[in-house]
Amino acid sequence: MSDFPAVKLHVVSGKGGTGKTTVAASLALALAAGGRQVLLTEVEGRQGIAQLFDTPPLPYEERRVASARGGGEVYALAIDPEQALLEYLEQFYNLRRAGSMLKKIGAIDFATTIAPGVRDVLLTGKVMEAATRERRGGGRLYDAVVMDAPPTGRIARFLNVNSEVAALARMGPVRNQADSVMKLLRSNKTAVHLVTVLEEMPVQETADGVAELRGTDLPVGAVIVNMVRDPLLPDADVASAAAGQLDTAELGRGLKAAGIEPDPAIVSALAAEATDHAGRVRLEQQERTVLHDLDRPTYELPLIPDATDLAGLYDLAERLQTAGMV
Amino acid sequence: MAAKAFDVDALLDSAQIIVCCGAGGVGKTTTAAALALRGAERGRKVCVLTIDPARRLAQSMGLTELDNTPRAVAEIDTSAGGSLDAMMLDMKRTFDEIVETHSDPDRAKAILSNPFYVSLSSSFAGTQEYMAMEKLGQLKAASNWDLIVVDTPPSRSALDFLDAPQRLGRFLDGRMIRMLTAPARAGGRAYLKVFTIGVKVFTDVLNKVLGGQALKDLSLFVASLETMFGGFRERADETYKLLKEGGTSFIVVAVPERDALREAAYFVERLETEHMPLAGVVLNRVHSSAASNLSVEKSLAAAEALDESGEEPLTAAVLRVHADRLAVAGRDGRRAAQFRSAHPRVGVVEVAAQSSDVHDLEGLREIGSELSNGPSASAPKIAG
Ligand SMILES: Nc1ncnc2c1ncn2[C@@H]1O[C@H](COP(=O)(O)OP(=O)(O)OP(=O)(O)O)[C@@H](O)[C@H]1O
Ligand SMILES: Nc1ncnc2c1ncn2[C@@H]1O[C@H](COP(=O)(O)OP(=O)(O)OP(=O)(O)O)[C@@H](O)[C@H]1O
Ligand SMILES: [Mg+2]
Ligand SMILES: [Mg+2]
Repeated sequence: MSDFPAVKLHVVSGKGGTGKTTVAASLALALAAGGRQVLLTEVEGRQGIAQLFDTPPLPYEERRVASARGGGEVYALAIDPEQALLEYLEQFYNLRRAGSMLKKIGAIDFATTIAPGVRDVLLTGKVMEAATRERRGGGRLYDAVVMDAPPTGRIARFLNVNSEVAALARMGPVRNQADSVMKLLRSNKTAVHLVTVLEEMPVQETADGVAELRGTDLPVGAVIVNMVRDPLLPDADVASAAAGQLDTAELGRGLKAAGIEPDPAIVSALAAEATDHAGRVRLEQQERTVLHDLDRPTYELPLIPDATDLAGLYDLAERLQTAGMV
Repeated sequence: MAAKAFDVDALLDSAQIIVCCGAGGVGKTTTAAALALRGAERGRKVCVLTIDPARRLAQSMGLTELDNTPRAVAEIDTSAGGSLDAMMLDMKRTFDEIVETHSDPDRAKAILSNPFYVSLSSSFAGTQEYMAMEKLGQLKAASNWDLIVVDTPPSRSALDFLDAPQRLGRFLDGRMIRMLTAPARAGGRAYLKVFTIGVKVFTDVLNKVLGGQALKDLSLFVASLETMFGGFRERADETYKLLKEGGTSFIVVAVPERDALREAAYFVERLETEHMPLAGVVLNRVHSSAASNLSVEKSLAAAEALDESGEEPLTAAVLRVHADRLAVAGRDGRRAAQFRSAHPRVGVVEVAAQSSDVHDLEGLREIGSELSNGPSASAPKIAG
């Protein structure tokens, strides 16, 4: 049973390097499993999806990148703001020729770079268009759209296109576009998920991000804890190990039983390593508490050796399904 | 392991500016703070310019406000006669200050509230790098310190720090802006015609899509660029000259991971082509094991044997912890060795992965001491 049954647009954010792209791709595979059509989009011009799926750079075009277990398909689109603006001008104003002239003189670059919010309206607008396509309109119909979004530090601002554009245009088509994007983003059809790892800075950023999203009425979805390592010590020994009070006599006995000479240097080196490990386990436990207090559905994904292959992505996708996210 | 290191203490005693660069999250801010603290405790008057430090680290240095002012860090050891001031960069404030110093109050007010300006000063990619350089220039000009240590903004690529300011400068001095400010100056005749039509189309489209107010805002913005930001690119070039002067050194920070090392390699090569002085590479968060003669295979086999016997569960677990750690240490060691052999002329110092975040002066001192003397935990004897 899915925790987000009504959601059509899944926005995946998180601190840089925590696994946004990997998780977004796995989520797309999970959503597609069993025969559904899912679009995975990226908006930062980094071709992260192409790299992950080991395909040539994606053009501004929806391309199939993977099939999911049980028959679904994942398409991908790298949204480029300049292309999106040209498409927009053409669609709404029939300005194809003007568009190419504007491009030539650098005006498109100028507008998508500096005009406040315009770039973000174009990017989110394109995602919205894909997420709300209807039968008779052009283009493929998707059951869900996943966005590999900008990092937590910028996400609220990025999604809050209205307020940026409002500073610029009090009315007019861009304003209208911003309004309808905002309506979708604030609805229960959207969820903004945050990816983190169990370290202080990313967890702090997650907490700040949740507060900021809530403050702007954007729907916070799940917290995905990525790259989780198995605790290796028995729970009962973590406290004493962390305090550096591991029973070294017991350790020496154990080594001997396993046929390893319990040289004092080895015993103390192993005890020190256990102390480091236990310290980390305890810090991770503290970070978990912070995440728990955010009161959002939370899923953990393990650190896996092959996160960059399709096999690894299927593995992560399956875990998201088992955990109930999808 | 006869790898060449570089002499951090000698650098701290003589440099005037140290810039810490590297890919996102590798430890630039931590390294900058640790170097600054060590320099100060060795007797120099130091200022460290940090960018978005982790909250607890900022607090430990007394940085509670983002107010762009260097403040003395209490609780450092001043017995050698040094001092430490620390500040956090407020990118927008720095930009606003440029506006304020270059225009009268009324005009400044109009610019500061202009939506195009607000967008440029708070979210244009590269503004943070540009403003870090701007601030460095200001700190240097103040002549209050012997040594300024500069942290660089979190970016994907370490090269952004070198490229972004020029990019911003290029953008602001670019064709489009020139055309909007003074089409007549934009170039030769043939160009001029295309441009004049282009500008007309541009303003028409803008009018249609955004409405009349946006156009007014844009002209004000562009006009203010003309009068006060003139020579943005020159300004960027000026500050970059500072980086090539004697007395400035770069430290490239990396962690023993593929992406970070690749970024470090790009950066090192780039510094070379630009004749910018590289002091060396800090390889941060390197794992090691003091029991490397107990191999991964042997530890795992022993753990399994214990599991089967059902005895000694603690020892089995500790053996697994060790196997895990040794595997990571082996991997780190191989990556470090690869980097060293690919860059034989570059000095490398290693800093051990600490068992917790670095968030107080004590932690920074430990990092500082490892930067000068190598990892203080047993030497990394890596098997395999
Ligand atoms: N569960 C996992 N197990 C192992 N490695 C992982 C896992 N998730 C992500 N990674 C690895 O971590 C690195 C960063 O992941 P990814 O590129 O998805 O992060 P990101 O948040 O999108 O980064 P960026 O901020 O640069 O866009 C990649 O090398 C990826 O393969
Ligand atoms: N040697 C180390 N051992 C353990 N933790 C470390 C070490 N160096 C840095 N850290 C921790 O890693 C995290 C990131 O470090 P830091 O903020 O210095 O990186 P950064 O390169 O400045 O990141 P950003 O690119 O986001 O600015 C911090 O929580 C810091 O305490
Ligand atoms: Mg990514
Ligand atoms: Mg930093």
